Parts: sequence; C-alpha cells; structure tokens
Amino acid sequence: MTRVQEQVDAIPGRGQGAAPLLEVRDLRVTFKSRGRRPVKAVDGVSLDVAPGATVGIVGESGSGKSVTSLAALGLLGKRGVEISGSVKFDGDDLLNMPEDELRAVRGKEIAMVFQDPMSSLNPVLTIGRQITEILERHRGLKGQDARDQAAELLLSVGIGDAVRRLKSFPHQLSGGMRQRVMIAMALACQPRLLIADEPTTALDVTISAQILELLRSLVVDSQTALVLITHDLGVVAGLCDQVHVMYSGRIVESAPRRALFANPQHPYTTGLLASVPRLDQPRGVPLLPIPGSPSDTLPWVDGCAFAPRCTRRVPESVGCPPALLPLEGSEPSHLVRCVNPVPEDHT
Amino acid sequence: MSLLEIRDLKVHFPIKKGILLERTVGHVRAVDGVDLSVEKGRTLGVVGESGCGKSTLGRAVLQLEPITEGSVVFDGTDLSTLGARDLRAMRERMQMVFQDPLASLDPRQSVASVLAEPLRTHGHKGDHGKRVRELLDLVGLPSTAANRYPHEFSGGQRQRVGIARAIALSPELIIADEPVSALDVSIQAQVVNLLEELQERLGLTYVVIAHDLAVVRHISDDIAVMYLGAVVEVAPSDGLYDDPLHPYTRSLLSAIPIPDPEVEDSRERILLRGDIPSAAAPPPGCRFHTRCPWRQPTRCHDEVPLLREPEGVVGHTVACHWAEQVRSGELQPITSEVSLMVDAAPSGVSATAAD
Amino acid sequence: MSLSQGVEAVESADSSAAGPPEEAAGGLWRDAFRRLRHNPTAILGAALVTIFVLVAIFAPLLAPYDPKVADLSQIRPGDFPGPSREHLLGLDSQGRDELSRIIYGARYSLLIGVVSLAVGATLGVILGLIAGAFGGWVDSLVMRLVDIMLSIPGLLLAIGIAALLGRSLKSVMIAIAVVNVPVFARLLRGSMLAQRRSDYALAARSLGVTRSRIVLQHVFPNSLGPVIVQATLALATAIIDAAGLAFLGLGSPDPSIPEWGRMLAETNSLLATEPLLALWPGLAIVLSVLGFYLLGEALREALDPKLRR
Repeated sequence: MTRVQEQVDAIPGRGQGAAPLLEVRDLRVTFKSRGRRPVKAVDGVSLDVAPGATVGIVGESGSGKSVTSLAALGLLGKRGVEISGSVKFDGDDLLNMPEDELRAVRGKEIAMVFQDPMSSLNPVLTIGRQITEILERHRGLKGQDARDQAAELLLSVGIGDAVRRLKSFPHQLSGGMRQRVMIAMALACQPRLLIADEPTTALDVTISAQILELLRSLVVDSQTALVLITHDLGVVAGLCDQVHVMYSGRIVESAPRRALFANPQHPYTTGLLASVPRLDQPRGVPLLPIPGSPSDTLPWVDGCAFAPRCTRRVPESVGCPPALLPLEGSEPSHLVRCVNPVPEDHT
Repeated sequence: MSLLEIRDLKVHFPIKKGILLERTVGHVRAVDGVDLSVEKGRTLGVVGESGCGKSTLGRAVLQLEPITEGSVVFDGTDLSTLGARDLRAMRERMQMVFQDPLASLDPRQSVASVLAEPLRTHGHKGDHGKRVRELLDLVGLPSTAANRYPHEFSGGQRQRVGIARAIALSPELIIADEPVSALDVSIQAQVVNLLEELQERLGLTYVVIAHDLAVVRHISDDIAVMYLGAVVEVAPSDGLYDDPLHPYTRSLLSAIPIPDPEVEDSRERILLRGDIPSAAAPPPGCRFHTRCPWRQPTRCHDEVPLLREPEGVVGHTVACHWAEQVRSGELQPITSEVSLMVDAAPSGVSATAAD
Repeated sequence: MSLSQGVEAVESADSSAAGPPEEAAGGLWRDAFRRLRHNPTAILGAALVTIFVLVAIFAPLLAPYDPKVADLSQIRPGDFPGPSREHLLGLDSQGRDELSRIIYGARYSLLIGVVSLAVGATLGVILGLIAGAFGGWVDSLVMRLVDIMLSIPGLLLAIGIAALLGRSLKSVMIAIAVVNVPVFARLLRGSMLAQRRSDYALAARSLGVTRSRIVLQHVFPNSLGPVIVQATLALATAIIDAAGLAFLGLGSPDPSIPEWGRMLAETNSLLATEPLLALWPGLAIVLSVLGFYLLGEALREALDPKLRR
C-alpha cells in the first residue's frame, strides 16, 4: 500500500514582511520513561510570533501547549526527553544554545509567568530581594537604584504601598498579588517576549479579570510580544490577535481571533465552542459535548488524532495526516488541519 | 413545600493556637447566616469565589460539618435533631457528588465495590450485581467497568462513577460540589448533560455548587450568589444574568470571559479593587463594601444589609442598601485608574484601611 | 512475607491481563507490582533477598560442615589456614568452617530481623491504629508516649533493653522490636490522619457508612502502603542492629552460635593478620541489608501516588 505523501504545513502566525521574533519549526518533544511507551507530547509544531504580537495557544490537558513553550526555552531538562526541530529567537537558535547564554536570554529577552506563582517564587526571600536580584543581574542596577526601580515595577502592576510590599515574603501575599509580583518580575528587564502559561487558572474570577486587564494594559501597550497559553477560549477571545488551537501535540487550527470565533473550521474548535455554556446566550441552548476523552487519540502518523472523537469523521480522516493549510477562499492567515472542515454557515 | 430549607445557618471553625494547651483565638466564619430553600425537582445553583463558604455550606447541609447555629430542614425534618442512627438512615435520601473524582473514590475499591457499598450499608436486599450494572448503564459506562479500578479511568469516566454512587440509593437530593471544574473543557459538557438527564429521569433535586457562573446558570433554575459566608443575591437563573442587582454579582458577571471577540471588545468591565477579605475578620456592615465600586459613605460600613426584594422586582432578592439606585443608574460605579490597583493594606485588615 | 505476596499478585495480574493485551486490569497493589517488575533496582533487591532467604532455609543442605564443631588441630595461633579446597572461605579462630558459619548465620540474622520486626511493627501498627482511629485524648496520650520513646536514640534504647534483659537472642529481638514500635505507630497514625481527611472518607460518611467501618475498611488499608515500605527498610536496619548488638557482646551467650555480628566481633583482634575473616561476615551483612534496602526503595517508588497515571 502506498501512503499518500504528507503535504507541507503552512506556518501559523507568519507575518507579512517583518522577521518573526520567535520562530518555531517542526518542534517535537518525546518523553521516554522506563517501562512505558514513549509519549509524543509535542508532535510537529511550527509557528511564528511577530514582534509585539499577542498570540494565544489554546488546548486541553495533554495537548502539548505548555510543553511547547517549556521545550522552546530549554526548561524541560535532559533526562528522558527527546527534542527535535528548531526554535529561533531573533535569529538565534535556542535549542542548541549553551546553557549560560540561554539563561541570559531567558529573563532578559524572554520572560515567563506560570500558573502557580507560589512555586515560582522563592519562599525564603522577600519580594524586593527577588526583584532587585533580577535588576542587578540583567540590568546592572545596584543598591538604592535597584530598590527604587523595584518599587516602580510593583506600582506599575497595581500594587500600592510598594516600598512596604518589597519587604513582604511570598506567603504574606494573596494569590492575585503574587501573580502581580510574577508579572512585575517578568517585566523587570523589559523583555521582548512574555510567555504566560495559564496565568489566571489558579485565580478567582474577579482576580483573574484584574490580571488579564493588567496583561492587556502593560504587555500589549508596551509592544512586548505575548504568548498566552490557556485552556479557556474566553480568555483568548478578548486578548490575542492570533489564536492557535492545539490537539494532541499539533496545531489543528490557527486564525486571527475574530476569524476563529466567527468562522471556526476545525471540528475540535467548533466542538469546544459548542460544549461550553455561554453567559450571553439564552439558557435553553443545549450543550453539545465532544464525545470520548482527550486520551482517545490516534497517533498523528496514522491520520487525524481527533478522528476517534470527531463527528465529522470521513474515511479520509484515517490513513494520512491532514496538513495545516488555508481553505480555498478563506484568509491565508486562517489555517486548518482537517480533511472535512466545518462549513462557514455551520453554527 | 420545599424539600430543603436552610435557616440562618452558621458554620464557624475555631482557630486554635498552642501545642500542649490549645486555646481558641478566633473563628473563621465560613458560613455566616444563610437562608435558602429548594423546591422538589428543581436545581439551586450556589456560586461564589474561593473562600466564600459555598463548599462548607454544601457539607453542612449534609451534616458533614458541625453546625454552629441555625438548622437544615429536609422534607420537614430538622436534621440536627436526629440521632446518629436516624441521620444515617436519612442519608439514603440525600447524596453528594465531589469535585475531584479520583480523590473521592477509594483507590483500592473496584467500581463494583464502590457502587455496592451504599447498598450494603443501607441493608438493601437483592442482586447487587444487577443494580451495579443498572447504575453503570444509567451513567453511560459499559458494564465491563464494574471490575476495574478508579485509576484506570479517565477523569470524565471517574466522575460518572462518582455520580453512579450518588444515585445508587435513589436519593431525592443531590449536592454536587464543583462537579465539573476538575475536568477537561471538552468533558465538562458530558457531565453537565448527564446530570440534567438524570434529574429528568429520576426526579432529582439538585444543589449545584460551583465557581463557574456560566455552568451554574446553564444547569440551575435559581442561583444564590455567596460572598464571604453570606448570600448576597438569590434570583431565577435568567433574572440574575438579565438584571443583576448586587454590585458583586454585576462585577462577577462582567469578569467572566466570553468566547466571542465581538462581545469581549464591546463589554464594559467592572473591575473590583483588591482581594477578598479574610473570613476570620469579615468587614463590618456590608461585607462587600471594601471592594464595592458603588459603595456609599457610612451606611455600607455601619449597617448589615438584609436579603430583600427591592421595589419593582419580584422573586429576586438582594442584600444591598442601594439596590434600587444601582439598578436605575442613579448611582454610578466609581471607575478610575485606581480600579487596577490592589488595596494598599494587607488583606485581612483591609476592612478598616479601605475607607 | 512481602515477597510471597508479591509473587501472588504478579501472577494474578498476569492472568487478568489476558483480556485487554496492554492495559492489565488490577488494583493498586497489582499495579505497583507490575511497575516493580520493570524496575531493575527492584529485581536486584528481590534477587538478593531471595538468595539470603533460600540460603537460610536450606542451610543444612548447603553448609559443607557443622558450623559449631571446632577443629583446633588445623590452626595455630598467628597462622590461620586461608581459603582452601576443603574450606572455601578458610577457618575461623576456633577452627570452624567459615563458609558454613556464614550460611548458618543467614538463619540467625534473618530470624532476628523478621521476628523482631514482626513483633515491633505489629505493636506499632496497633498503637497507631488506636491513635488514628479514636483521635482526641487517646491520640494525644499514645503520641506523647511515642514521642518519649522516639526521643531516645534507637540503638541506645536497644542496648539498654538488651543489657537489662540479659544476654540472649530473645533479648536482642525484644530490644529491636521495642525500638521499632514508636516508628510504626507514628507512621501509621500520620498516614491515617491524611487518609481520614480524604474525599473518599467524606464520601463514605455521606453514604452513611459507620465510623468504625470507614476506619477499618477504607482508611486503614489505604494507610498501609508506607508501613509496608518502612517494614522492608526496617528489616535492613534490624539486621544491622542485631549485628551491632552482637558485636557489642549483647547477643546470645553461646559462643558457638554463628551470628554475623558476633563473627565480626571475634575477628576484632585478628584484623591485622586475617582481614579476610572480617570481610566475609561484613559482606554478608552489607549484601543482605542492601537487598532489603533496594527492595524497600523500589516499593516506595512503585507505591508513590504521584508517579501513578
């Protein structure tokens, strides 16, 4: 049996003209552990992040959304992990960079904010010490200058009484306050790229709204590029220019946010949208769940990983993996990886 | 008549200090005077953020937390007057579904054993195996699941097992504490639909406790909004979204992201100041006044607002002194750049510092 | 004892795996043993332990000579015959076959370890169960008692007890058992407290299951994992402690009993001239302890809920 040659994917997020700030090509991450089958957490992800762009990566647990960013920044460790592909930041290859150079890039050029701020903050150092340390290392500020700058940073993320707060330890702050501190630390070196991995998932709704507003006003306004990783389509709807939807280690749909929400083309995207209740819709609308569970997947080499759960499955879904391409007649920036995409009038 | 009636319920947890000689230095007022009732066959949703006491309320209703004051009346019986034996018998009629399906299942028990346990406990005669298969079928699991163990299932399937256990004794009331929040987004709808389907088939009465207002609104007939141990608003589900009366409900609704860029871009957000105060030292007067964008001098600080029907509104109660004025637009929220700022004072004493 | 359980569980896991080929159905323990089989550390530990257990059981068949019969004709002070074809590991200072003594020594060491641990762990588990099940003042009372026992260094306590009861194998066992009681009591009680707060215990309460049933059927069995791991590790320590007590002269007064610790002690004065005589019992102690230790560590890893899917 001859296998149909896999088509080459288009690059999601590729800008017009401007060189991308972050360029990920065919990134693959495989976890191998003793006595278990290897897990392909990321299975061929390519994407571009333009300078100053806000990009959302949406997916459920196991979609590879977090692993993608961790692998790109060399934060996965070496043991039991196999990484291939290339990740370039401003032209420099991050995957083959010596550890000390990479550390300089992280923190100064690229910063990260994680879901759980408590585990990313050092519990035995004051907030002030942790911020001034960054300022000393990356910006060469010393003593009072560093402390003044640190206080200014806290003010910029909405923490009043900053001078006193600098003397606080992480456990003395609330979850929302800690996440603000994390953002302040991330912005301390005026990075060109901020990666926020589920920054509001651990927070309450009203606090989460504060943090998203903060990201909007600080990051977006300062022309820092933002990659927001989340499971919540609602979060990206209000914040990101370009949205990539991931499933089982690959991007299955990528589009500017308005196009994505107005005209979702991948059955997984439409499935996600139809399965969450919306506050602005009448209450009687029944939820249409996606059948099965995220573990019911097909390896991508055998076809579409979503096929076992897909209501629009056709015989062609299995056999050859679909490529990520724009549909005929749709925007070149709207890419979908599906042999039987959802037609436009479908709701 | 209401199936469940909660009257002025208070659950206060003592804060203890000292190693050898423990002494009580204060109380966390997890639930602090809640009145609610649920009609048979209906669903009451309880929403609120972490620490608002919604989970404690759910457990206290089932007598799984010590009640400090007030009463829970189930089908005419005040549960606190029952002895241990009668209460155990009463448990047959009211059950619970937990947030974390894995943690709520004994890892050593097979599904068959999990589902037969309630039957054994309440001395049900007959073929337990048959009932187990029936239950699995009701929740959409294959009968082969009976011989498997919790860790072999996916999250959604485990929650189905948890639901099957809850309906094993054919209860009348089910309290579901965050039944879907631990599940993947694509799975949540499956469980929500299952709960709705079971309600229809078995005539169940639900109390659904969750932080996700969209899910709660979808599944509930009525919604109670909790803040710091107290109910601030009770309304029919549609009424709550169409005509939110309490400032907290308004900001909660505006804070929930909606997966639609057109809506998101045009929405007006009411951002709250600061963090939720500690339940060990709730602010005086209206508990919400420290963060309220509509707060007015003196009265909000001095006087505790009671749940009431504001003028011109029927079947919708709110605990706010200024509900009418907020509703009519006579009072406008304080919107300024300050709204992005966290309260200068540390949480816990923010009650006094906020003025 | 844990070993035979393991074999049983592994076998039953195999038979149930006949259905779906890749995902063998099974409970927590079966799952753990399935993981143990894939762990080289566990295999090595189990192999060492098995060898020592077999040697102990079949000592009379394996030992070429009677370990207690001295043949003084073969030795002269300051000149010991080393390993030879007749005596593979040579003769000790009394002219007894070293290999036979090492082989029989496995019996005594394992016997002391297993018996003392079984007694100590059982008492500890009972105390822990009482504290964990009743809580309140019972818990406080038991735990203060345990604290007092724990505040005395283990080996010192064992020496004191062994000295108090006089020199005998029994007193060594009692001493080691007593040292282990508070360790197990505290471990089980802590584990039970954590399990009692779990959601499934709450779920059982909401079903109307009685308190005693919840404790005995759910909480207690789920708290045993760490206890079994600790038992395996403590066996290693018990063997060392037994050797240590014997080395200090607190073992059996009968000098002919081949106990590894005593054998080590006897070579004390000969260390400069006959280092090999110290090496053999030392190696036996190290390898048996290593076996139990590796097995215990692997068991801990296999039972760790964080590593479970």
